[in-house]
Amino acid sequence: MIGARILLESLKRAGVEVIFGYPGGQVLPIFDQLYDFDIKFILTRHEQGAAHAADGFSRATGKVGVCLATSGPGATNLVTGIANAYMDSIPMVAITGQVGTHLIGNDAFQEADVTGITRSITKHNFLVKDVKDLSRTIAEAFYIASSGRPGPVLIDIPVDVQRAETEFIWPEKIEIRSYQPTYSGHPGQIKKAAKLISSAKKPIIYAGGGIITSGAHLELRRLAEKIQAPVTTTFMGLGSFPGTHKLSLGMLGMHGTAYANHAIMESDLIIAIGARFDDRVTGRLDTFAPYAKVIHIDIDPSSISKNVRVDIPIVGDAKNIIGPLLKQIKKAPDTQSWLKTVEAWKKKHPLKYKHAGEFLKPQYILEQLWDLTKGDAVICTEVGQSQMWACQWYKYLAPRTFISSGGLGTMGFGFPAAIGAKVGRPDKEVFNIAGDGSIQMNIQELATCVANKINVKVLIFNNGFLGMVRQWQELFYKKRYSYTPITSPDYVKLAASYGALGIRVTKKSEVRKALEKAMRADNTVFVDFRIEPEENVWPMVPAGQAINKMIDGLA
Amino acid sequence: MRHTISVLVENKFGVLARVAGLFSARGYNIASLAVSETLDPSISYMTMVVEVKDADVLEQIKKQLNKLIDVITVTDFTKREHIDRELVLAKISYAAKDKAKLEAIFNKFVGKIIHHKEDTAIIEAVGNAEQIKLLLEELSKFGIKELVRTGKLAISN
Repeated sequence: MIGARILLESLKRAGVEVIFGYPGGQVLPIFDQLYDFDIKFILTRHEQGAAHAADGFSRATGKVGVCLATSGPGATNLVTGIANAYMDSIPMVAITGQVGTHLIGNDAFQEADVTGITRSITKHNFLVKDVKDLSRTIAEAFYIASSGRPGPVLIDIPVDVQRAETEFIWPEKIEIRSYQPTYSGHPGQIKKAAKLISSAKKPIIYAGGGIITSGAHLELRRLAEKIQAPVTTTFMGLGSFPGTHKLSLGMLGMHGTAYANHAIMESDLIIAIGARFDDRVTGRLDTFAPYAKVIHIDIDPSSISKNVRVDIPIVGDAKNIIGPLLKQIKKAPDTQSWLKTVEAWKKKHPLKYKHAGEFLKPQYILEQLWDLTKGDAVICTEVGQSQMWACQWYKYLAPRTFISSGGLGTMGFGFPAAIGAKVGRPDKEVFNIAGDGSIQMNIQELATCVANKINVKVLIFNNGFLGMVRQWQELFYKKRYSYTPITSPDYVKLAASYGALGIRVTKKSEVRKALEKAMRADNTVFVDFRIEPEENVWPMVPAGQAINKMIDGLA
Repeated sequence: MRHTISVLVENKFGVLARVAGLFSARGYNIASLAVSETLDPSISYMTMVVEVKDADVLEQIKKQLNKLIDVITVTDFTKREHIDRELVLAKISYAAKDKAKLEAIFNKFVGKIIHHKEDTAIIEAVGNAEQIKLLLEELSKFGIKELVRTGKLAISN
């Protein structure tokens, strides 16, 4: 069997149903095999779109996303998508063609040192120089991508390896002596944690994306209810705990809710699970949660005590740890008066915005979207103001219903990610909450949607600005709007020219109808919401400040 | 502060780049690095001396190294009994009349002349950090023209 065929057979055995990609000179043997092979292939219009789509597919399904591109520019176009998946610990396998082994290092046409370029943005990468190593390498790549703290793995395959013949052997079991992730938590540490929890007076659970990766959302809920502790989630953790639950504080951090920030700052115990104390969460580190002891449950030892000193570290998989932890907690702490304090913060500092007659407010659109879907949808986002509003004004009830670029903050991620999500979850209504800046970064994927009948609904919060940067310029750079006003095409006509449906909304009273129309449409839809141009995201913690020093332009 | 750590890695192409890349990407400083095959040819042994500002950074370095897929074990010699040695080769100015003086130095410290031609001698010395430091202080009086060092090697005892 030739290498190209071995690749596809291996992918099939690894459980791959769909590949997102783009052909090119150094992957011709692979595409020749794909021509009549039983794996779905989605041709994007840009390799970056393919990488984000694979990432979105993975986030929506929990499976490993796969993208495929040619050597040189094809591979370098994947780079942003790979870095994005790496920052958010998304399991992904990226396959790239490479020039023939005899040409490597010769500056050949469309050659790039792709394993070199991606070394620091992949969990691991491989250059396969011998076809005999190919199937084992693919098996290892899937194992590495999906185990431990997941992440992207890249496999670079020279074109002569794709053509070379060997016997196809699929390794049923993969063991890597130098890679053995820890899954179960240390019983002694769990016992200590349980004791600390029992004696806490003001505990808070700080839940991150690790809950979703681990599938530990039910365990998390049981823990919160048992110990009656409020739960705040990170951005990546949205959906890990129902946003409608009475113990939910929503998201914390720079654009988190004021009550979540106050609660974590005043807490005497932080139970961090699958979260990494990112700088957008902690604000100024030396002021962060001064009274709190910290229990940190994480599968990645390097996340523990990286930013915040931890009293009780527990390395392992969240799902495997919360269960035994629950058993060990003999006495639930008395949190009644703490919950009252938290409730008072909720009343005093709710999320709010000002209605302004018929002017379109992004928050209102999201409220209407919530009302129409009640959480039964997959919400993807781009990056910036629209993304932060989507975190604040929509409630996520279940894991994998919020898909957004966290660590890397990649504009242009949302649309292709929504494509991947819709391919993975065709049963769900998939929205992309976009700004007029971000949507223009991968707008070419409209063609991918229409050609493949991938009906995602893109809600463009069009304010004529790169809104988040404009907000910072307004607040910290004397309103000098340097290159943040941005023009857009006519999105209605643009959608029509691709064969999609475009709707324009300029008034508050049209919002509901437009959303209903978009949801009914058996097509990809672009809704051009002409929102208030200088609306800001509140509350906000200025960079480098303590997270309870929020500013709120409405207060 | 300087710490010596050793890393057992898979002897595969690109592993050195992964380790070096980790240090540069995260802004850690390597003071010296020595790499070679072990008795098992599929495994390489790296000894590195890292320069860190506190114990937290050292801890992070160890954890990040452990995260690399090709890293098998990381050993920190900071609180571990060990022997360490470094090999230096030094080219110094040399005249016949210096012979006795040098012999005296070599008796007291470490080192020997392994080659000399005209007005230049090459000194070889193996020793621990302190011994090498003292020797180099002495040799500098003769004028060191060129100096190469392997970086530290360490083994636990």
